[in-house]
Amino acid sequence: MVDVLALGQIRKSYNVGTPVETEVLHGIDLTLAAGEFVALMGPSGSGKSTLLNIIGLLDRPTSGTVSINGQSTAGLSESGLTALRGHTIGFVFQYHYLISAFTAAENVMMPMLVSHGRRTDAMQDVAYGLLADVELTRWRDNRATNMSGGQQQRVAIARALAMNPSLVLADEPTGNLDSVSADGVFDLMRRINKERSTTFLIVTHNLELARRCDRILDVIDGRISGQEAGRLSAPA
Amino acid sequence: MRNWAPIEWTIALRFLTEGIMQTVFILTGIAMGVGVIVFMSAMLAGLQANFIKRVLTSQAHIQIIPPDEIARPLRSGTDIVEGAIVQRPSQRILSIDQWQTIRTAMKARPDVVTVSPTATGSALAIRGDASRSITLTGMEPELYFQIVRVPDYIVVGTSKLESDDILIGTELAKDLGATIGDKLNLSVSSGATRVLTITGIFDLGNKSANERNTFVALRTAQSLLDLIGGVTTLDVTVTDIYAAESIAQDISAALPIQADSWIKTNAQFFTAVSAQQSSNTLIRSFVGLSVAFGIAAVLVVSVIQRSKDIGILRAMGARRGQVLGVFLIQGGVLGLIGSLIGSSLGAGALGLWHGTARQADGTELFPLILEPSLFVIAAAVATLTGVAAGMAPALRAARLDPVEAIRG
Repeated sequence: MVDVLALGQIRKSYNVGTPVETEVLHGIDLTLAAGEFVALMGPSGSGKSTLLNIIGLLDRPTSGTVSINGQSTAGLSESGLTALRGHTIGFVFQYHYLISAFTAAENVMMPMLVSHGRRTDAMQDVAYGLLADVELTRWRDNRATNMSGGQQQRVAIARALAMNPSLVLADEPTGNLDSVSADGVFDLMRRINKERSTTFLIVTHNLELARRCDRILDVIDGRISGQEAGRLSAPA
Repeated sequence: MRNWAPIEWTIALRFLTEGIMQTVFILTGIAMGVGVIVFMSAMLAGLQANFIKRVLTSQAHIQIIPPDEIARPLRSGTDIVEGAIVQRPSQRILSIDQWQTIRTAMKARPDVVTVSPTATGSALAIRGDASRSITLTGMEPELYFQIVRVPDYIVVGTSKLESDDILIGTELAKDLGATIGDKLNLSVSSGATRVLTITGIFDLGNKSANERNTFVALRTAQSLLDLIGGVTTLDVTVTDIYAAESIAQDISAALPIQADSWIKTNAQFFTAVSAQQSSNTLIRSFVGLSVAFGIAAVLVVSVIQRSKDIGILRAMGARRGQVLGVFLIQGGVLGLIGSLIGSSLGAGALGLWHGTARQADGTELFPLILEPSLFVIAAAVATLTGVAAGMAPALRAARLDPVEAIRG
């Protein structure tokens, strides 16, 4: 089976060609299989976010290869990357980043809207289905700003799933929530992972939550220094 | 199935309605700017139309007169150069040579509407002890009144002219203490005299014109001025008043006469109109520019405010072109709605001003000319200006790096 994500010798430098050139990622190799639920840990400044941006096709590596579902991204143009990103990768950020001018359902539809160009009735059905999945049916026509932090993050997760992506990248999705909401959001992602076999890569500082993942990747000083299996959950 | 608008439109309109205060303020700004432009354009068009109407209902578009008489020094021989001092001869009242032929030639031109022969000279109007010098215009009423609408200006009596009748102005009537039916003794420098009956008194709206201008039948003037069968002027009207000067030049070049257009004889008026027009254009351009910068400023702020939204949209797969579209549409929509409100404001203010501003005689200062094309043009230009003003902010939004935008 093709890996959802394959990174080969990823290096990333900033200020290339200047005396202050800094390499923040030093040759990272990583593969994520379909249906994996992986935690990415590491201290601040270790290169986690840079790595996540490269995996999310928001940034390009200085050298090395990125393949999504077996497709190399090396030759893709800016618009090619945008299209691939839109169709295969879902994002959940620490702050929900819902667009406040739209309702919960419209926010969930947004990836489909920008991909398709205009709204269709089918999109609304998909969005309502996803909001039902994250138990927000009652709130689906609320403005994004009229919801609690936990609810907003659930909407963000539903939005990340709108295009039925093979990979969801979550950057500290529970970092901004109280422990009860955080548990709820985590469990939700875990459930979706099980039900849909969607691959998750979750950046977190919460060791407790990380241990409930299939694998934990430790990024230290731009290298993946160790991998350990999550304890509380058997690998899929 | 409901037909939804393209997503760029949905996002643009939601952004505008969400930041409603900002939108209302900039719409007010645009509306005021467009209102001023519409008001000024329509008022200027009205004033100009009025000026032109006033000028052209009291004179011909082109006047054809005999060429000036000039003196030429006699030459003593082929190789002899003389520094002759040539004195300009006095200009006698002369008839246009072969004026009937010229009139036929004029009438044959497609751009000429009316040709009216007149015999004009000065005379003395005497009644009792009072006498006033006057300009005597002899003409054929059915033709001449198509050019100078004397019947419209008649205040007492009629504009009907028989060979012993005369029309005089209100001032002259006052000075001579004369009224309808009274007799006037006309005397010209050659000594010829004639007694005419006043049949109508007119008011041309100008004191000196009312003092000096008088109208008689062509034959009466011809006999008084000793111009039997001759005319001093051919008054011509043309289809396109602004082409009068080129037509006049064309006529002068083709025939042995002098043709003066109203544009040339009213050069001062024309300069005033064009000066007014260019200052108006300047003001309108600056108002337009400030509207454009207002739109741009609001959209720049909006791009900064919305940078996280833009970043998220880009992360979700929105193309640069879509982000560009969102902000260009906002610019265009602001321009269009602002111009619609502004046009209504401008038209309303114009109506109000038209109702209150009056001339000294109580007639309207300018005719209310509200061409639909003015509003269509204002809306189109404002929309384009909005889109153009949105270009810089939109490009900035489209170029936002999603990573930077989301991180803030």
